[in-house]
Amino acid sequence: MAVVEERPQTAAVAKVTVHLKVKRYDPERDTKPRWQEYEVQLDPKDRVLDALHEAKWKQDGTLTFRRSCAHGVCGSDAMVINGINGLACGKLIENVGTEITLEPIRGLPVIKDLVVDMEPFFAQYRAVLPYLINNDDPGYTERYQSAEDRERFDDTTKCILCACCTTSCPVYWGNSSYVGPAAIVNAHRFIFDSRDQAADQRLEILNEKSGVFRCRTAFNCTDACPRDIKVTQAIEEVKRAILYDRV
Amino acid sequence: MNIHRHSYDAVIVGAGGAGLRAAIEVAGKCRTAVLTKLYPTRSHTGAAQGGMCAALANVEEDSWEWHTFDTVKGGDYLVDQAAAEIMCREAIDAVIELEHFGLPFNRTPEGKIDQRRFGGHTRNHGEAPVRRACYSADRTGHMILQTLYQQCVARGVNFFNEFQVLDVAFEGEGADRRVAAAVAYEVATGDIHVFQTKAVLFASGGFGKIFKISSNAHSLTGDGPGLLYRRGIPLEDMEMFQFHPTGIYKLGILLSEAARGEGGILRNSSGERFMERYAPTVKDLAPRDMVSRAELLEIREGRGCGPEADHVYLDLTHLPPEQIDAKLPDITDFVRTYLGIEPKTSPIPIQPTAHYAMGGIPTNVDGEVISGPDGTVVPGLYAAGECACVSVHGANRLGTNSLLDIVVFGRRGGRAMAEFVRTASMPELPADAADDTIGRIERLRASTGTESVAEIRTTLQDEMMDKASVFRTEDSLSAVLDVISDLKDRYQRVSIQDKGNIFNYDLTEGLELGYLLDLAECLVVSGRARTESRGAHWREDHPLRDDANWMKHTFAYREDDGRIRLEYRPVEGGKYIPMERKY
Repeated sequence: MAVVEERPQTAAVAKVTVHLKVKRYDPERDTKPRWQEYEVQLDPKDRVLDALHEAKWKQDGTLTFRRSCAHGVCGSDAMVINGINGLACGKLIENVGTEITLEPIRGLPVIKDLVVDMEPFFAQYRAVLPYLINNDDPGYTERYQSAEDRERFDDTTKCILCACCTTSCPVYWGNSSYVGPAAIVNAHRFIFDSRDQAADQRLEILNEKSGVFRCRTAFNCTDACPRDIKVTQAIEEVKRAILYDRV
Repeated sequence: MNIHRHSYDAVIVGAGGAGLRAAIEVAGKCRTAVLTKLYPTRSHTGAAQGGMCAALANVEEDSWEWHTFDTVKGGDYLVDQAAAEIMCREAIDAVIELEHFGLPFNRTPEGKIDQRRFGGHTRNHGEAPVRRACYSADRTGHMILQTLYQQCVARGVNFFNEFQVLDVAFEGEGADRRVAAAVAYEVATGDIHVFQTKAVLFASGGFGKIFKISSNAHSLTGDGPGLLYRRGIPLEDMEMFQFHPTGIYKLGILLSEAARGEGGILRNSSGERFMERYAPTVKDLAPRDMVSRAELLEIREGRGCGPEADHVYLDLTHLPPEQIDAKLPDITDFVRTYLGIEPKTSPIPIQPTAHYAMGGIPTNVDGEVISGPDGTVVPGLYAAGECACVSVHGANRLGTNSLLDIVVFGRRGGRAMAEFVRTASMPELPADAADDTIGRIERLRASTGTESVAEIRTTLQDEMMDKASVFRTEDSLSAVLDVISDLKDRYQRVSIQDKGNIFNYDLTEGLELGYLLDLAECLVVSGRARTESRGAHWREDHPLRDDANWMKHTFAYREDDGRIRLEYRPVEGGKYIPMERKY
């Protein structure tokens, strides 16, 4: 039987004062972005998202950000937290400190405060044929796939399309026609799926000028991914598949 | 306020699993608009973890008939048996179809879809746990959501992202009315869009944000059931709300039942495996209602863990580390991220968390919404998924049956809707279709009241958790009803700070609070009337199940004066005769 001991981390913890500095822009009021500061009291184990809610719900209802699941699986609340891309619900105060600067993710048009236009991002996702293509009749049973073949693309199935990777990429900042890491990750998920038959089409798309060879291996994407996907490695695997014509 | 008009054969509200599966079904058959207040991939289907049950018998003997029995018994016999049979029979086809759509299931050594154990799923009518849950690590919901969205992209489904539906309009009156329009608020602009349509399918999800400790997303505010309820559609079995036994302590974040399916054990402060006392046969894999009650009884009797003795432990420390990494990577990451605990070496503090509404918009097995106990269909109105009540979950849903529900009934609802619009004429668009929506928005924006949306919502969540969650009594429900009545009064005086048009979440949170208050009231009134204990509805003042009087579904109607009228519909029985529910 496991040793069950009382753990101090479940005891009540003293609150800390958190200073939030948020880059804001309201298109109905502002001509250019401005900084606004909030002071909130939080548990060190609270999330950055809790800090935003505390500010919005108790001080300033106009503070605007997307969020939904609040535990890192829906991908709504990607933002720049102290200079680094991440999900506001996936970072705790005790990890980022009590001086927190929040900005909208870069490379996509800002609509209001921390909300950006996600449409260009999803258009790039759609461009890589992000769905299984297999024209054989599978019949009435499942297609078989070995555990090894299944494992081959496991890492890239974890993507939640939050855009943390793509909007951390310096190439993407400079050239928004670059398809970006997230779209490549989602292409990888199908290119290396043994059940799929359209790897060639996707590799052709990714071999274009806006494709995978724009990548300069900065590794920002891998560092930014809240799902710990090895994004740069996936991009490298796609590059090699094009160069050596095999998957 | 700008008002735009559109005309479509069909409208789907919500883009989680049920909405997306319905969209796939109608694609190419009729002109359809899918309206979602999020982006499709943000839907809470993506948070589901453990699996989707189907009697594939890939790893051991199984049958859909056993699955049906488990579903009926798990639901404490409030399940409509014909509907459960359809779900469990079609489950097999639904899983195969998802595989064909590309879903990356975990595989057996032979390359078949792998299956594992889950709470309440047994072989041969309760003999022992059975491996029935098809899964993709502990992110099965994520993979279902992604796969269905991918198929929608392949089919060019027409999405209106961040369009929040706030009303429906009907043509005609009373029993003759049919759906004519859906009214949506465009979050990016503040504009109103009226979608004239022959049919609307609601797949808008649950309303778990009526409780403080909840596994539900912030966006799960019951907009669909809430707005239909105000339009005279009854809500069925609202008292049946599931609390999942393994929510992360204080946060409520879900830790899948798969943790126990893989061998995890629940322990109290003395390290005892307490479920052995409550469910000797299946132990930690008893259905969720029973395990949640057992946890709270342990805590109540002084065997809770921690300085405040207010939680219990989920223990994975005896599992091989490589099994944890392969089968439970996400939930163990949640534990590391949010608690700072290493689950391979330390037990995890957990407590029951509000998880799933068994009740909702009443439908038949084709997703057609019914207007009352006689089963009369409202032409053109459909519902599927958590917002609907078929009823396949009865008084307590079995783990994995929600993912099954959304694909089976999303498909059936979509198919029935496509068939309906093929012959239906386009209804007349009522001139006042958007008036109520515009009125609500303008009142909220213009209000100078002093009440705060967040304060009312917090009070509601605290009080519902305290008085209407796992354990209930006449007194606790009456007390929380008084609180809700007071909060509804205060809600009339709320004001918001953001007066703008663009991405005004201050405003939408205000609108959503109205639904939360209505649905909480509906739950409490339905639960106060049900003087028995069944499934998730546990009345300490009526601790026995009362089959003589309560083998019936509650239908709650909103009267014109705002009061609630209850009617009842007998449970559709079948070959499984209610018996004592032991595991």
